[in-house]
Amino acid sequence: MKRLSAIFLSLFFATAAFGAPPQDWIRTGTGLGVEKIRLAVPDFKPAANDPESKKLATTFSTTLWNDLQAAGIFDMVSASFYPLSAPGTPQDVKLAEWDAPPPNANMLAFGNAGVQGGSLAVQGWLFDVKNAQSPQVLGKQYRETATEDNARLVAHRFADEIIFRLGGGIQGIAESKIYFVSSRGGSKEIWQMDYDGANQKQLTHLGTIALSPHPSPDGSRIAYAGVSNAEWQILMYSLELNRPVNFTRFGGTNLSPAWSSDGKSLAFSSSRSGDSEIYVVDVSGGEVRRLTNTKGPDVSPTWNPKTNAQIAWVSGRTGLPQIYTMASDGTNVARMTDQGYAVSPSWSPNGQFLAFAWVRHYGPGAPGASDIYVMDVASKQWVQLTHDGGRNDFPSWSPDGRHVVFQSNRSGKTQIWSMLADGSQARQLTTGGDNSQPNWSFK
Amino acid sequence: MKIRRIQWFQVVLAMVVVIAAAGCAKKKVTPPTPVPPAPPPAPTAMLTANPNTISAGQASTLTWATDFASDVTIDGIGKVDPIGSMKVTPTESTTYRLVAKNDTGTKEATARITVTPASAAPPPTSSSTGDESNARLFSQNVKDVFFDYDSYDMTSQDESVIQADARFLQQHPNMNFVIEGHCDERGSIEYNLALGENRAQAAKQALVQAGVPATRMRTISYGKEKPFCTASTEACWQQNRRAHFAYSK
Repeated sequence: MKRLSAIFLSLFFATAAFGAPPQDWIRTGTGLGVEKIRLAVPDFKPAANDPESKKLATTFSTTLWNDLQAAGIFDMVSASFYPLSAPGTPQDVKLAEWDAPPPNANMLAFGNAGVQGGSLAVQGWLFDVKNAQSPQVLGKQYRETATEDNARLVAHRFADEIIFRLGGGIQGIAESKIYFVSSRGGSKEIWQMDYDGANQKQLTHLGTIALSPHPSPDGSRIAYAGVSNAEWQILMYSLELNRPVNFTRFGGTNLSPAWSSDGKSLAFSSSRSGDSEIYVVDVSGGEVRRLTNTKGPDVSPTWNPKTNAQIAWVSGRTGLPQIYTMASDGTNVARMTDQGYAVSPSWSPNGQFLAFAWVRHYGPGAPGASDIYVMDVASKQWVQLTHDGGRNDFPSWSPDGRHVVFQSNRSGKTQIWSMLADGSQARQLTTGGDNSQPNWSFK
Repeated sequence: MKIRRIQWFQVVLAMVVVIAAAGCAKKKVTPPTPVPPAPPPAPTAMLTANPNTISAGQASTLTWATDFASDVTIDGIGKVDPIGSMKVTPTESTTYRLVAKNDTGTKEATARITVTPASAAPPPTSSSTGDESNARLFSQNVKDVFFDYDSYDMTSQDESVIQADARFLQQHPNMNFVIEGHCDERGSIEYNLALGENRAQAAKQALVQAGVPATRMRTISYGKEKPFCTASTEACWQQNRRAHFAYSK
């Protein structure tokens, strides 16, 4: 735990200030001079000369590179520095070539991939370049049906092994999923994709409006809000059955469901009393408990996933929406933000931080941007993560707490982006249509 | 752990100071910008339709306003005055597009009129005809109420609209209806849905207090999902901050 949070904090303030354009903010913090591990990842060698082997080896290599790059803990050695012959097996490796400049690598990941009798077979190694006596850190073999998807899947697994081994025990996220809302088919429906934006596919076909998808901790179901029989209801979609499944219907307008991390409860907003308030219900649909009791909109709850003893949410009880926290029985209400327009809280997996969207100076005549912020819950100290304009909203933490996915219209239409939790390495994951409200899977 | 946390706060504090200092310094070095000859400002445009849902054969009124435009056209209608209104009777659901141009730029505004076909109820019986005329009567007499920015409080103007709506509804006790809460495009999807719900509930409470039984009405929030007007102007935002009354039968 101690080690984990140390890693998190140093990442939190990692730097990326080279060649920055003129700007009215600066990045600073601790651990800025910490050197990242220099990792060389030459393309995996096709194990055979057939086109299928070559194609899948390329898919594998590209996916592996992108995963390791996105992890944010490596200094990826540029491929133009590599020796001319890429190693495919340990016998091919000449460590001295990788140790000397220009590669000057600390670590080397290499291997081969090919198709044998309809199966994709991958052998991968991780070598410590500076340890010539016993360089092998990791050796892995994978065998799956030979498809593009499996080449990507195997690459994700190998990437996660490397990240786990070299990142001080952090769990990789390469196999995690992101659920989001897309209107590319006409109406707003729930979609899913891999964490890197690949494999986008539509889940619901409600035909009205579907919003706010939240995956269950075990990954078996999606809770979302949808218009069903002219009412907003909490709806369920089974990822195991690939179809909608029943859930209890409530009176009034019901919005923004959120799972507790033990998978036992859902928090949501309901206007069954005539005013929107936060409620908690068992996943069986029974035992509805009301937590808030103050006039004004109350919406967008999120549990502290570490303890499930606290809930953060958005309330308009004093005017513009602000972030609040309370115990999960509704007591101990505390206001977290002191001004502006603050919405869409997401609690970090370690329980320490809230990510949320904030227009700090909001109102007529104050053209503030909506940006993503992270707040330390105990001290209410905050850090601004996005500075690049546009409306940024709906942050959601990755399972390892080191990445944040969010929506932004900085590139024109509203799209899904991800970044490291220090605001660096932002990348756009969707391009088609209008995409919003991303939520990362629990694992 | 505690020591680390304190260190972190010191860093955050230092960061705030540095940012503040950087901000000050930047202001000082900004050279005074020479004033260029002012080009005409980019045009603004607003277009609304009231009512925005009609039955086939009914009329709706398009109202538009533009600023700084030298040329204003509406698709399918042609060149029009910079500010005006016009009755239209579309036979099918239509999105009207207004284009305001000048030398600096072009601004578009759209308004959609949804036309419910006369054959909405499959067998056209006498009761469906009655329904149609009821719907027409309802939309002509029951006016929407509008809200201030980020507010679900009824204004004094809203109160008088509600009194008139309630009088009509009491004279027509068989009409049931839906109250839709709407918001402007600013702000967050989820918060706007909750705010729209509170707007619909506020309109419902006002009607109930004015003597209309709650059993005759349903509420739904559309947040910012179904705007009446799509331009990013205050005039348009005001059109979208409303509780809309829709006849249900």
